[in-house]
Amino acid sequence: MRINFNYSGHLCSRQRTSVTMTYQDLQVTKNDGVVHIQLTREKSLNALRNLTLKEIADVLHHAEKNRDEKCVVISGSESVFAAGADIGEMQQLSPVSSLQNIRAEYWKVIRKFPKPLLASVNGYALGAGCELMMHCDIVLVGNNALIGQPEINLGIIPGAGGTQLLIRTIGKAMAMKMILSGEPINAERALESGLAIELCPKEITLKRTLKLANEIAKKSPLALRLAKEAVLHAFESPLEQGLEHERRAFSILTASTDREEGINAFIEKRPPNYI
Amino acid sequence: MPTREHNNTILLDISDGLAILTLNRPDRLNSFTAEMFKDLKKALNKITPEQGVRCLIITGSGRAFCAGQDLNQRAETKTSTPDLSASLEKNYNPIIRKITELEIPVLCAVNGVAAGAGSSIALACDIVFAARSASFIQAFCKIGLIPDAGGTWLLPHKLGRARALGLSLLGDKLPAQKAEEWGLIWKCVDDNKLLEEVVAIGKQLATQPTKGLSLIKRAIDKSFTNSLSEQLDLERDLQGIAGETKDFQEGVAAFLNKRNPTFNGN
Repeated sequence: MRINFNYSGHLCSRQRTSVTMTYQDLQVTKNDGVVHIQLTREKSLNALRNLTLKEIADVLHHAEKNRDEKCVVISGSESVFAAGADIGEMQQLSPVSSLQNIRAEYWKVIRKFPKPLLASVNGYALGAGCELMMHCDIVLVGNNALIGQPEINLGIIPGAGGTQLLIRTIGKAMAMKMILSGEPINAERALESGLAIELCPKEITLKRTLKLANEIAKKSPLALRLAKEAVLHAFESPLEQGLEHERRAFSILTASTDREEGINAFIEKRPPNYI
Repeated sequence: MPTREHNNTILLDISDGLAILTLNRPDRLNSFTAEMFKDLKKALNKITPEQGVRCLIITGSGRAFCAGQDLNQRAETKTSTPDLSASLEKNYNPIIRKITELEIPVLCAVNGVAAGAGSSIALACDIVFAARSASFIQAFCKIGLIPDAGGTWLLPHKLGRARALGLSLLGDKLPAQKAEEWGLIWKCVDDNKLLEEVVAIGKQLATQPTKGLSLIKRAIDKSFTNSLSEQLDLERDLQGIAGETKDFQEGVAAFLNKRNPTFNGN
């Protein structure tokens, strides 16, 4: 692992530090509380081999513990997000090795990551790429995005949450169509169906995503964490329980110093400074 | 490095950033066959930035530009009716999408008659020139079909409902001169000057800020479905991208230093 420290001058009269770390399958840049994970195996269309998932899980594991890392963005290149799993690795799987596959652990780290996770998606987001995208809390797509679960074409089915996450986001009819036919959808459909929150010209998808991440990174970390948890709780519980969960989280936050800071800053008409 | 690739039915010449693609079945008025689709797709896939292509000209060899589908191939299927939907889905539609999505200017030199899908292919190009003797025909109505390969979209967008329906329901020949007067095409040129003039413009466009030109194309195309407010947002975004190109810097520097700019396309 190579670490470059790159001091990129002053911003808002405060020293800003940008750190870039290069992994084998990723490049990770940390800037002002935003961790940007860029998949860098473009020659293999960023196919999510075990090593890639492991490296993503490592970065998230670290970001979870590090107070300075507020928000994470995952992106590919301008032309491809991630075009699936590694077919070679998949070919080796037997029922037993599949059940014991270490990939499930990596996916769990991604799924349980408690801080905001954003995806910047240009080009192919297929199979595991689509699943990685859906593990993110907010998705922005470029005009060249092509999103799908084509596993059925190989005689298999999505294996990292595709069948469960799609239906919870876009409903039964469209999820079934995508999973049973294997046909991908384009950026417009992704936006209409609620998979993505914004459709950008491909050249600036990443810039837009980082900008949103920067905004989010300025919020109270504790509030972000409880908010994300409460929203995701909706998938796991009946409404009454979900409302109860929200009320408790809300009540807990009344005791936080960030809440005091937030309200004071609002009254004093200044930007808040959360810890 | 000039490259030249001659499949049987499609000629592709690339030189100095300009690609010239010629439909080449002159004895059959350059009408489409399965083989020609294969060759055309192969040729269009070569039109990439990696190949250094910064402008494309599409033209036809012989006396016609393109007479659309070769009906002989359609008649060959005697046992069942041909699946026209499948033919559009597999062949024509991808080609029209490909032409309109190319991130370079696409010129068309309509050297003779452009009928049916041949007319659609010409009109899908960004700037259309036609020889004075050329004409556009929507012949579909005479055999019980509808204009396809984008015909029912391209005609009303360029001409309005009245003229689009007049042409499509009557199937009359629209001469190049009138096509220019109606705004269907950019310019009508004397037959013997057509290729010379289009190639000169193509060569010129191949030296221009290609990325910027492609953004212009994207913005104009989006305007048909965007509201003014959405279009303002799009212009904001695309201008932001254009403003970060090296060619923009070069353009400004050349202007300030009163010299000719040298654009590299991005």
